[in-house]
Amino acid sequence: MHVDWTIYVTFIGAGLVMLLPREAKTLVRWVALLTGLVGLAIALRSYFSYNDCVDSLIRKTGSGFWEIKNIAWIPALGARYHLAVDGINFPLIVLNGFVCVTGILFSWNIENRTKEFFAFFLTLIAGVYGVFMAMDLFLLFVFYELAIIPKYFIIAIWGSTRKEYGAMKLVLYSFVGSALVFIGVLAVYVAAGGRTFDILELAKHPVSANLQHWMFPLIFAGFAVLAGMWPFHTWAPTGHVAAPTAASMLLAGVVMKLGSYGCLRAAMLVFPEGLSYWRWCIAGLAVIGIIYGAAVALVQKDFKFIIGYSSVSHMGFVLLGLATLNVIGMSGAVLQMFSHGIVASLLFAVAGRMVYDRTHTRQLDELGGLAKIIPFACVTFVIAGAASMGLPGFSGFVAEIQILAGAFEMNPWLAVGAAVSIPITVAYILNANNKVFMEKDEAGHGHTETAHAHPLPPITVPEKVAGVILMALLVIIGLYPSIMLNMIQKNVALFVGGLR
Amino acid sequence: MKSVSYLMVAKSLGPHLLLVVGALVALTADLAFFRQKELAVRRRGVGVITLVALVLGMLALIRQYGWWHPVNLLNGTLVVDQLTVVFAMVIVALTAVTVVISMEHEIGRHVGEYYATMLFAAVGMMVLVTTEDLITIFVALELLSLCLYILTAFHKNWLRSQEAALKYFMFGAVASAFLLFGLSYLYGVTGATNLRAMPAVLTGMNPLVGTGLLFVLVGFGFKVAVVPFHLWAPDAYEGAPTPVTAYIATGSKVASFFVLLKLLFVGLVGAQGTAFWGHFSSGWVMLLAVMATLSMVLGNFVAIVQRNIKRLLAYSSIAHGGYILIGLIAATKMGAAAVLFYVIVYAITNLGAFGVVAALAGKAGGDDVAHFNGMARRAPFLSLLMLIFMLSLAGIPPLGGFFGKFYLFAAAVERDSQNFGLLWLVIVGILTSAVSLYYYLIVLKHIYVHAPAQEDRIATPPSLTFCLGLLALAVVALGVFPQPILTLLSNLLARL
Amino acid sequence: MLSLITFAPLVGALVVLLLPKTATGAIKIVALAASVFSLLAAVCVWVRFNPSAGMMFEERWAWISALHVDYHLGVDGLSVAMVLLTGLITPLALLAHWKLTDKVKLFFLLFLLLETGMFGVFTALNFFHWFIFWELGLIPMFFLIKIWGHEERTYASFKFFLYTLAGSVAMLLAFTFLYLATHTFDLIELRQMAARGELMNHIAALVGKLGLPVDPGWFASLLFWGVFLGFAIKVPIWPFHTWLPDAHTQAPTGGSMVLAAILLKMGVYGFLRIVLPLFPVQVADHLNLLLFLAFASIVFGAFAALAQQDFKRLVAYSSVNHMGYAMLGIFATVAAAPNVADVVNEKAAALNGAMLQMFNHGISSAALFFMVGVIYERTHTRKLEDFGGLRKIIPIYAGVLGISMFSSLGLPGLNGFVGEFLIFKGAFPVVTAWTAGALLGLVVTAVFLLGMMQKVCFGPLNEKWKGIPDMSAREIFIGAVLMLFMFGIGVYPAPLLHASNHAAMGLIKIFEGAAQVIH
Repeated sequence: MHVDWTIYVTFIGAGLVMLLPREAKTLVRWVALLTGLVGLAIALRSYFSYNDCVDSLIRKTGSGFWEIKNIAWIPALGARYHLAVDGINFPLIVLNGFVCVTGILFSWNIENRTKEFFAFFLTLIAGVYGVFMAMDLFLLFVFYELAIIPKYFIIAIWGSTRKEYGAMKLVLYSFVGSALVFIGVLAVYVAAGGRTFDILELAKHPVSANLQHWMFPLIFAGFAVLAGMWPFHTWAPTGHVAAPTAASMLLAGVVMKLGSYGCLRAAMLVFPEGLSYWRWCIAGLAVIGIIYGAAVALVQKDFKFIIGYSSVSHMGFVLLGLATLNVIGMSGAVLQMFSHGIVASLLFAVAGRMVYDRTHTRQLDELGGLAKIIPFACVTFVIAGAASMGLPGFSGFVAEIQILAGAFEMNPWLAVGAAVSIPITVAYILNANNKVFMEKDEAGHGHTETAHAHPLPPITVPEKVAGVILMALLVIIGLYPSIMLNMIQKNVALFVGGLR
Repeated sequence: MKSVSYLMVAKSLGPHLLLVVGALVALTADLAFFRQKELAVRRRGVGVITLVALVLGMLALIRQYGWWHPVNLLNGTLVVDQLTVVFAMVIVALTAVTVVISMEHEIGRHVGEYYATMLFAAVGMMVLVTTEDLITIFVALELLSLCLYILTAFHKNWLRSQEAALKYFMFGAVASAFLLFGLSYLYGVTGATNLRAMPAVLTGMNPLVGTGLLFVLVGFGFKVAVVPFHLWAPDAYEGAPTPVTAYIATGSKVASFFVLLKLLFVGLVGAQGTAFWGHFSSGWVMLLAVMATLSMVLGNFVAIVQRNIKRLLAYSSIAHGGYILIGLIAATKMGAAAVLFYVIVYAITNLGAFGVVAALAGKAGGDDVAHFNGMARRAPFLSLLMLIFMLSLAGIPPLGGFFGKFYLFAAAVERDSQNFGLLWLVIVGILTSAVSLYYYLIVLKHIYVHAPAQEDRIATPPSLTFCLGLLALAVVALGVFPQPILTLLSNLLARL
Repeated sequence: MLSLITFAPLVGALVVLLLPKTATGAIKIVALAASVFSLLAAVCVWVRFNPSAGMMFEERWAWISALHVDYHLGVDGLSVAMVLLTGLITPLALLAHWKLTDKVKLFFLLFLLLETGMFGVFTALNFFHWFIFWELGLIPMFFLIKIWGHEERTYASFKFFLYTLAGSVAMLLAFTFLYLATHTFDLIELRQMAARGELMNHIAALVGKLGLPVDPGWFASLLFWGVFLGFAIKVPIWPFHTWLPDAHTQAPTGGSMVLAAILLKMGVYGFLRIVLPLFPVQVADHLNLLLFLAFASIVFGAFAALAQQDFKRLVAYSSVNHMGYAMLGIFATVAAAPNVADVVNEKAAALNGAMLQMFNHGISSAALFFMVGVIYERTHTRKLEDFGGLRKIIPIYAGVLGISMFSSLGLPGLNGFVGEFLIFKGAFPVVTAWTAGALLGLVVTAVFLLGMMQKVCFGPLNEKWKGIPDMSAREIFIGAVLMLFMFGIGVYPAPLLHASNHAAMGLIKIFEGAAQVIH
């Protein structure tokens, strides 16, 4: 079974869940988990076999692409069902698999409309798998929008705190973003002669520089909205906050990567001229986003808002890395997508599932002393926080150091600007850690302890399993990044080589 | 003039005749057999008779589709080629679904008359698509419109229904007058009532042609409810019995757009003008561009504040009228194919949406959006269908509505691929459809997110569920595999 | 071998992690065993170390091929004593907390992690994983202060973490640029490049390629200051020292011991391993400023200590002062002194003295902080004025404290003397003025240390403390081990000097080269 089966398996899983009776909640969960696991297994198996053959593939074909399917779909438009993977999207596919499985585990406690939840969840996952593999702009767009709608329902139904507002804002932002993409896709399609949407074909025969100059920002900005690029980021914090745990994990972990991946694959590959024309602007906005996100996170009072803004900051790193247009910076960006995917999932799992579901508050002032009651949550937060602040030994470091190196090569001030955010990141992570897990009043009790007459329920097994999986990933990638960096770098090198 | 083969006329009008006969049988049967029965039984009984007539009509159409050469009788008064047959089929199919919806919906005591009028309206539509003669077009349009006025007023003891009908009638009558006036100008300039004879005479714009054009477009603008001639639509949609609303929103639009397309593409090819950015020149393209822009913007924005689902769908259909005009403005073969594809998708989707409303409104207590709270718990399958219909209307892939829009916009952008002259219109279209997602989601929010007022399950008759399910399936299929229909349409249009 | 030393505590930490929370005895024993194992291994390394052989016990494997990063370990004269010191202090610090009852498992777990980080810093020869270990020391220390610290622990731990991290970020940026210029993170390769003068060429080439409108020399200085900042905060050099009094004061005893004895040395070691070899020209360029900073650390540190009312804070400021001596010795090596007859010898004395001072301060500051901890456990106060006359009731304590104090003060016969003497001896002819100024610090050091002794052990006894027990056997053992080194090195410093001398000469050679480049 090839890696495209991840899409089909997940869709089938979603369908299966829909057919199950409403009352069979446990069965629904297991079916969903099994689906996620099968998807992950397929993704991992292909990942490693690709990893083994990437060198020979590049030698033989001169490109890192592993073709999966390429068949005519709508000949009237020239749209093809074209799926391919390379070292750039493979890490993201694997990421999606991991976030799917752990997201399901973290949603194990959902009792309200369980069946519908997992149906929406798996549909979203399947759409995301599709986006990451699609090599045809039309197909990519179809999968991309397919992933938008389930988000709305997941947030609006199972969310919290202004959930309907947050959901609507998120969906409309995404949709406006995809409207820009839509315009750009149409324009490039027509300008290239109206025969093909194939990204690789379009990249081979780029349209004239003048057209690229205005088409590029349309597609780039469209995707960057979803990537949370400043100043289009405002959906992100509210959306994250409103979303239920699994959804914020997916949002920050995977869906924001859809945006940056789209920027990389659809905008940058197809419009090399437009890219070099706009890259300074992108880099500038990215650095602003990096610092702004971190600074705003520092003054938040809501646990999830902190993490929401930190995502904005970290996605700024991704965009900065992309804008550097050199191998090291872009490899860093791709690795950062993976790394932040895991980190953000973990942080949201702590804030949403482990803390909020137990205490029903996310206000820093109302929390405190949780380290004693749910130590696992504290450990998880510390490790994820360490990775988030780019502490060496965790995946975030390997990614950020490369991005900084790339930014340096572009302009040292960009690197310096981005690096300024690191101490700020440290500050807000420590601050949150302190307020939520440590701080006790004079009597030696945390606020949480005093506020709840009944002891908080302990961390459950699914939570622990999922948390350990994600933490292990952070450390594995942090200590042995070659497992991922090799293929990323080789393909990014081809990508960058192709731009010139 | 060639001599007329009456056998040919009869064969060409076979489907029409079958429907007329069906209407008469329905009237008689209702009078003779069902008068004493309960209303529900009457609706179903007479409805089945109507359905039989429609099925027979469809069979006749299928036979006509097999004809190997097109028929053009009486100097364009009766034109039967595969394109017209296909659209006649679409109309018959839409009518059939409407009948199925009506069988389960409160339509008052005059059951026979209701079905008969509906069949007459269908005949009007079919004549409308199978003619290329200005006078026949007008007559068919009147037949159709009068039937719809009557149907709108069918809630006899509900004042809004009466008001809606009256409003519809007044606007429609004025529109007819405009149309007739415009057509007379065109006739005066070209000396022809046949569409195909007009372009030869109609070269360049003169004030008379311009005036005629303007009036014709005003007339059609009323019929397809585009801004600024849309004012009747929300009231009529809301006041009419829901199946009738569905019929007005779908069948009559399909027929009207089809004939408008023929009128513009066949009859008025000499007077398009352009609407390219910075290169406007007068002609129907420019007028349509203005109407399209206004419709998309106004329709979508006003829909946001609607609380009644039928009114909301009315404004949405005004906006969709605007999208469809974009395809006409492109004025290319691809544009025409896009328009026809979109019209079909739009009709199926809207019929489905109104069908769900009709099926649920009675038990939900009304057709305000709030009445649909928590419908996902009470009627999960119909809610799922509504989800598909709404998302398709919003243009979310992989549904038919998305592909239709994409095709329309692609056609418009391609029209002037050097300078992207029509891109501005497409941008308006895309951005307003982003706005439209908002109110479609509001509807879905009420259905899926809000808690239901009661917990009981709403049972719907399997025939209706089955029909609506088929429509939803069609919407998905048209989005995922549009190729067969596209090939068909572009092949047929190649002969236009 | 070095990997074994480095990761033995980590393995110990994993074992501790698997033990149940309640098995405090087992946890303590496992932790101690792991750290003692590392100590024994470190002693092995020390014994087998051949000072003239250059880099020994090297380990090198390809690690992240995409970034040309190798896993590269080794020890030479610069680091071998530090490995030994780390191995020595950690078990003692663990012993100091043998009676801990609060969150035992977490404490020992963090301590072992910390030890891995410290060993890693002293053995790593590739910036990439060196930096991993460098930061690895940070988190456990943060939590040690945060969880088991005193009243102001939150503030202190935040300040500690943020300061250190801000310095690290500056350093990271500079290294990122170096990596771009040279495509290597290997500290030895970088050092060789710098010695051949290629490093500057690489930097200039990259600056040119990027089209930066700056002078490459100026840019290299910028890089130098970036790296400098990272280490200067860690050492700490005045005026980057303000985190230190808070952190040291608030940390639990073992934390303060390790913090002062080893973590500060990581900063000084960074100067030896990275700053001097990589940026000889820049160090020479800014020599006077650097010397001033060292001088300021000595003098201001001493005066600040003089003003303290808090026992622990006083010891903390004494660290600033003592590290100033080491920095003075190190910077003296860089100075060009054409008039001095045997300049190489003098410089070698200063540098060897500085390295000895690192070791010595490790011993004496650990001892002092331990002694503060011992008395705090009994009295729960650190105010100097609360004490007095303790000599009468706890004489052993007073004795150990006195010896530690004299070691720190630099009394001949004890270890502190040898180091400080060598520093002043070597530095005086080379940078006469600054050294002379620093003598002032030496005097003040004596004053505040003696004053402390006086306030704690002599004078009228505070009646409150009557009946507090003297040092236990365990505590005496810790003190004894440390005193053993104080006396041992004081009498026979040759092994340490012998070990460092070869490496010191290597560094000095670089500067002879650099001096030639300048003049």
